[in-house]
Amino acid sequence: MLDPNKIKNDFPILSREVYPGHPLVYLDSAATSQKPVAVIKAMDRFYEQSNANIHRSVHLLAEESTNLYENARKKIAAFISARSWREIVFTRNTTEAINLVAYSWGRKNLQPSDLVVLTEMEHHSNIVPWQILQQEKGIRIEFVPFTQEGKLDLEKYNAILGHHPKLVSFTQISNVFGTINPAREMITNAHSAGAITLIDAAQSVPHVPVDVAKLDADFLAFSAHKMCGPTGIGVLFGKENILEAMPPFLGGGDMIKKVRLDGFTSNDLPYKFEAGTPAIAEVIGFGAAIEYLEGIGMKEIEDHEQTMIKYALERLSEFPGLTVYGPTAEQKGAVAAFTMNNIHPHDIAQLLDREGIAVRAGHHCAMPLHEKLGIAATARASFYLYNVKSDVDDLLKGLEKVQQVFK
Amino acid sequence: MDDLYREVIVERYKDPLYKGKLDPYDISFEDENPLCGDRIRIDLRVGADHVVKEAAFSGHGCAISQASADLLLESIIGKDIDDVKKLAKKDILDLLGIELGAVRLKCALLSLKVLKAGVYGLQEAKDSLVDDGPI
Repeated sequence: MLDPNKIKNDFPILSREVYPGHPLVYLDSAATSQKPVAVIKAMDRFYEQSNANIHRSVHLLAEESTNLYENARKKIAAFISARSWREIVFTRNTTEAINLVAYSWGRKNLQPSDLVVLTEMEHHSNIVPWQILQQEKGIRIEFVPFTQEGKLDLEKYNAILGHHPKLVSFTQISNVFGTINPAREMITNAHSAGAITLIDAAQSVPHVPVDVAKLDADFLAFSAHKMCGPTGIGVLFGKENILEAMPPFLGGGDMIKKVRLDGFTSNDLPYKFEAGTPAIAEVIGFGAAIEYLEGIGMKEIEDHEQTMIKYALERLSEFPGLTVYGPTAEQKGAVAAFTMNNIHPHDIAQLLDREGIAVRAGHHCAMPLHEKLGIAATARASFYLYNVKSDVDDLLKGLEKVQQVFK
Repeated sequence: MDDLYREVIVERYKDPLYKGKLDPYDISFEDENPLCGDRIRIDLRVGADHVVKEAAFSGHGCAISQASADLLLESIIGKDIDDVKKLAKKDILDLLGIELGAVRLKCALLSLKVLKAGVYGLQEAKDSLVDDGPI
């Protein structure tokens, strides 16, 4: 078992007092995680010692930078059990990774009236890129509904697969309900129906062991900043043969082998999709984050978060007038989205903030989900490896104060 | 316990004086804050002398947005519509009696935006409310 009190010490920001007498209780890791000193140091060290552009100059700094950058890619490949580092394409974030697939794979392979299957619990970043293709190419989109419990209706899913989709794209863990979707089974069924699959893993790779080989995912996207790494860097994993057959995304330096005035030849994978100078320090920071997480163990992190969400749901369910959305603790990640009587989630978040407790309020970039629930917004507490049970106790104390203000 | 939730704000949120709809009305407009989904509609009855006789708001939102709508309507009843056009961000903050950060400012100003759009038209309302920059 990991010791969250010890882990807390690795994160300098967690010892900050945000208001006099109120140390930070950070419950917004689903939006972005905090960063351990190992990651911050790795990026500092890069800028202080090795900074140079990669894949170009022959001087020592350029060589060091290139090695640090490419080693991070290899670490990331091993972390998700990709067959090759060539399957790891760096993007800015999950959103850009999904857009890359829509732009490159989608433009080439989707014809008017071809079907793309999404779910009603998607983040906007896994809806809008496909709606853009819908407007541009006239593709069709069908949404797998969720049940009252906040789980996907798998019967409906399998029925929709009968409509011969070309692509199925869904979130592995919902950023609102926390629902852990049965990705393996859904991918297998999608493949049987002749579709390829894209997994939005923004909320899964940071929190549970993810093995792309076992999942047999064709594409999988995630962001560094939700897993102790820096902002501005994300990954698109893609099966080599599928990436190979795709046209480039952005054009420019690094993505080409040769340029003549009458045309260009694309570079090999993964550089074909990485035009321009990338976020070098961020990639190196991402590598340090992976090392940090591996040092603790993803299984241990998963178990700790399971303990946290169980305790949080237990305590929240005792609170009068409070509704938590999504399935039971065993079926979900460490995310609790809730509403409280008629108190607006913004007011909840604002009053909790004054107690030093950071939660998110709003629709969490999932407006269709909230619309279906018939609510404008929820407040959301999310947990990570550095959260302790007393954070939940503080949240509950904070909620009591919120209730007093509006009593 | 918290300046932002001064008694008057919580009271106006829980028991607003001007919540409802007017039928018939002379002016009505509705808009939302896409960031949080707060939605407000304002109805006005204006006399031949251009003075606001009655006002009501409907919709949903947080305490700040609802209380500011209620206080705003209270402040314009009996006022000439030309004076309503002159209302600015500062007037709302004076009514609320609090300072607000950029995010919550949008909540507080939603009702003023709706009111101005009603009396002016939408574009003029946007132009007359100087934005504090992106959020």
